[in-house]
Amino acid sequence: MSLLNILLDASLANAGGAIGAGLAAIGAGIGIGLIGKGAAESVARQPEAANDIRGNMILTAAFVEGVALFAVIAGLLAVLKA
Amino acid sequence: MAKNSIKALLVATLSLFMILFCNICTAQEITALPTEHHTTEKKEEKLDPAKIIMDHIKDSHEFHFFSIGSFNASIPLPVIIYSPANGFTEFSSSKFGEDGDVIYNGYGLDENKQIYSSDGAKVYDFSITKNVVQMFIALALLVWIMTSVAGKYKTGQGLTKAPAGLQNAIEPIITFVRDDVARPNLGKKADKYLPYLLTVFFFILINNLVGLFPGSANVTGNTAFTAVLGVISLVVILFSTNRHFWGHIFWPPGVPFLVKLILIPIELAGVLLIKPAALIIRLFANMVAGHIIILSFIVLIFIFGAMATVAGYGFSPLSVAFAVFIYCIEILVAFIQAFIFANLTAVFIGQSLEGGDHGEGNGHDDPIIA
Repeated sequence: MSLLNILLDASLANAGGAIGAGLAAIGAGIGIGLIGKGAAESVARQPEAANDIRGNMILTAAFVEGVALFAVIAGLLAVLKA
Repeated sequence: MAKNSIKALLVATLSLFMILFCNICTAQEITALPTEHHTTEKKEEKLDPAKIIMDHIKDSHEFHFFSIGSFNASIPLPVIIYSPANGFTEFSSSKFGEDGDVIYNGYGLDENKQIYSSDGAKVYDFSITKNVVQMFIALALLVWIMTSVAGKYKTGQGLTKAPAGLQNAIEPIITFVRDDVARPNLGKKADKYLPYLLTVFFFILINNLVGLFPGSANVTGNTAFTAVLGVISLVVILFSTNRHFWGHIFWPPGVPFLVKLILIPIELAGVLLIKPAALIIRLFANMVAGHIIILSFIVLIFIFGAMATVAGYGFSPLSVAFAVFIYCIEILVAFIQAFIFANLTAVFIGQSLEGGDHGEGNGHDDPIIA
């Protein structure tokens, strides 16, 4: 058995799915972090608008999280469908 | 210099080739023969965390709470099957036996816990499964709460006198949906869509919250449930479109001609396919991910316990602490996902009412008009 055989035998799909989900988590973390940064800075500039900004922040964060979870589902399918 | 780098490159390539493709003989142990494996399989099953987690997330024909040794605390639910050959059959799912391998009346459970007919006929499964029972419970709870609150308003409590009891909890949520979800996105027609938006918000919320109880069913983390909600939202969105809207879909304004041709299929797919699919998958993935995380922390106790019983006991406080932390986040996610589903439905309805890109105040960037 060569190393390549062992690598392929140990189900590259499982590794691919897990790495994909991890990358998605990085993307979601960066995206939502940027949203939070923008929201915090905006509230600091104009505290009266805090409620509107909070609503926008949660809505946009849900979009970003939705996309990240598409990738998680794709990773899960890669692992489960072998 | 160039010779050195070429040499280094060749060394690297040759090393990679030799590692990956040249064969090395290794000693391997002979695993047990299949026949012996099966007889001892029943008593000493290796812990399968993925299967445990998947079984808790999926729908099933019984309400399983816990098992101690060989005692299963579970409520078997009715199985209702229609097949063109035999008509309707109803029986309790306990007829399928302890391990689900008994074939009753020609019907059995396959390894995915789906019902099949032993003569291969097509089977339509209308059973009252775990998810259906939980949806009925959530429905009963919701109707009870809402009718009792509405009844109080009829007697004047909350109108002429200060609101009391449950009204104090429900009224802010309803006014939130009306003032921050419906009115900003739908403008004057908000009151027409308010019943649907409120229903979808509260139904998703209550199913999310009930699904968090240990032992309950995972209703919202199920594509069947979210797909139906997404399709209903799509129907409501399509019913509120007008000629203006379709004109903008098929002839997007404000872009060059070639870009228009590219945009037309994208816009069409966006409205009919991608936006509803995003609604469906967003709710499903958020809820199922939360459940998987909680279940993983609990299963971690058993994984540690399989290595050494002491490790299992020692790790449990940590695992329960993590699970409680994730539970707090999941309660927040339950509210947020219900709000997001209702809000995005309102946004999309608002887009169909106004006719696409340049409506007033629907949250899009206005093009800079000199």
